[in-house]
Amino acid sequence: MIKVENLTKLFGAKRAVDGISFTVERGEVLGFLGPNGAGKSTTMRIITGFIPPSSGRVSVGGFDMVENPIPGKRLIGYLPENAPAYTDMTVSGFLGFAAEIRGLRGEAKTKAVNRAVEMCFLQSVLHQSVETLSKGYRHRTCFAQSIIHDPEVLVLDEPTDGLDPNQKHEIRSLIRRMGEKKAIIFSTHILEEVDAVCSRAIIIDRGRIVANGTPPELRRRSDWAGAVTLRVNGMVATAVKEKLSQLRTAKKVVAEAQGQRITATVFPRTAGDQDLTREVLEATRSWQVEELHTEEGRLDEVFRSITLPDTVKEETK
Amino acid sequence: MNTWANIKTIAKRELGAYFSSPLAYVFIVIFLLLCGFFTFMVGGFFERGEASLTRSFFDWHPWFYLFLVPAVGMRLWAEERRVGTLELLLTMPITTWQAIVGKFLASWLFLGLALVLTFPIVITVNYLGTPDNGVILSGYIGSWLMAGAYLAISCITSAMTRTQVVSFIVSVVVCLFLILAGFPPVVRFLEGWASPWLVDVVTSFSVITHFEGFQKGVLDSRDVLFFLSLIGFSLFSTSVILRGHRAG
Ligand SMILES: Nc1ncnc2c1ncn2[C@@H]1O[C@H](COP(=O)(O)OP(=O)(O)O)[C@@H](O)[C@H]1O
Ligand SMILES: [Mg+2]
Repeated sequence: MIKVENLTKLFGAKRAVDGISFTVERGEVLGFLGPNGAGKSTTMRIITGFIPPSSGRVSVGGFDMVENPIPGKRLIGYLPENAPAYTDMTVSGFLGFAAEIRGLRGEAKTKAVNRAVEMCFLQSVLHQSVETLSKGYRHRTCFAQSIIHDPEVLVLDEPTDGLDPNQKHEIRSLIRRMGEKKAIIFSTHILEEVDAVCSRAIIIDRGRIVANGTPPELRRRSDWAGAVTLRVNGMVATAVKEKLSQLRTAKKVVAEAQGQRITATVFPRTAGDQDLTREVLEATRSWQVEELHTEEGRLDEVFRSITLPDTVKEETK
Repeated sequence: MNTWANIKTIAKRELGAYFSSPLAYVFIVIFLLLCGFFTFMVGGFFERGEASLTRSFFDWHPWFYLFLVPAVGMRLWAEERRVGTLELLLTMPITTWQAIVGKFLASWLFLGLALVLTFPIVITVNYLGTPDNGVILSGYIGSWLMAGAYLAISCITSAMTRTQVVSFIVSVVVCLFLILAGFPPVVRFLEGWASPWLVDVVTSFSVITHFEGFQKGVLDSRDVLFFLSLIGFSLFSTSVILRGHRAG
């Protein structure tokens, strides 16, 4: 449904987006991750036809968003960053306007507004002016606007930004549910959202894609992927460390004592190596092991390791 | 096909925005008070002893509009940009042109409404004498066209900035130029030293020169064309400016 090819956007000499390509199909929820200023919003503005790209192509539902944007725009529901809404209107007036501009009239319009109001829990503020809404309600009002025509494509720029934990949870489950039938792309810098909502994630940094995969795939790129953590009783930390360091597939061991109990983590030579767990199990057969588990890898660590500025990367090496 | 429907939806929203704030009512009241005061007190309506609105009423319009129209038009685009709703509006399935025309029409209708509400003055002059109502109607048409021209200029300045005040000031300056280019004292001053063709060129840009005919009841197609092309050109410039912002 969404096809982005070699997208580049220059603001003056600055490359906000630098050669990005990806596709999103129906039934997919693509998470768009990246630090602030990575180019997430700019990419979304190009996809929705708000700004033209400097080069590259975007098509939505097969319609080019530069040459023939109107049919593409009909398919898209868009929640811009900071969820703007007309402050001089009531919530119901605003949603009515959104429905009308999408070509819905009469009965169809009423139905669409009611549906969006229900899905976004806006009943209690329906006749309130947008200006007087709290941030969470304003956000949901703009969100309701984006789904008013039950679009096939949803572009959501930080849809959970500024919401409280309950509201975040509601919006996430809404996105996940809608993702079954739509093509959704949403940006965030909250990593837990990736697991909660996305079927696939792209990490971008300074306008370039630095990772693209399902959440488990991304997690496997972390140093922690395949690491084994165990708790042992009745041993000395140095002995534990020494023994585990000798394992063929182990790269590094971190051990720490808390009274009688030692917690050790063994990192694999190659991330995600399954052999390490087996080896650790064999080597510790005679020990008093209280607990042992294999790490899946940590998204936040992947995120930090691939999006750090180069200078900082050098320092940490 | 649904061009018109889109323009109507935009215009309806925009008109609603005017009337949802007290500003619209304040504007209309101020306009009516100014019209009444200048026509009867300053314009010497009674002293003239003629059943006409040409000088006592319509003469003031270019000056009223100088401040009132930029005040009406300043929020059109500046506010959309400041609040960020521009992004919403221009990613909806409408063309930029439809949005521009819809917003312009809404404000122009609003100005038309204010103008229509001056009808008590027409009743008064009809009560006191037997004016040529055709001339009065032509004056109204010219006045509305002139308001449209000012408004279209305010559209440009509003699209240029996120600050309404800046938009207001710039459009007042531009409109002032359009008045002064044909304002008799200025024209007389120009005639003193400039060659006649230059005076003609300058005055041909003036709204006063082109409004004059309407006031006298002469509907000259050139005058109509002047206002319409000023509107068309300004709205086109607005679209160029909006596109420029988006291109970055
Ligand atoms: N209209 C603009 N003019 C100039 N620079 C811009 C503009 N919009 C975005 N940028 C720059 O482009 C980069 C990417 O911004 P953005 O896409 O908003 O990042 P993100 O949404 O990932 O935080 C930033 O460095 C930002 O300063
Ligand atoms: Mg952003």
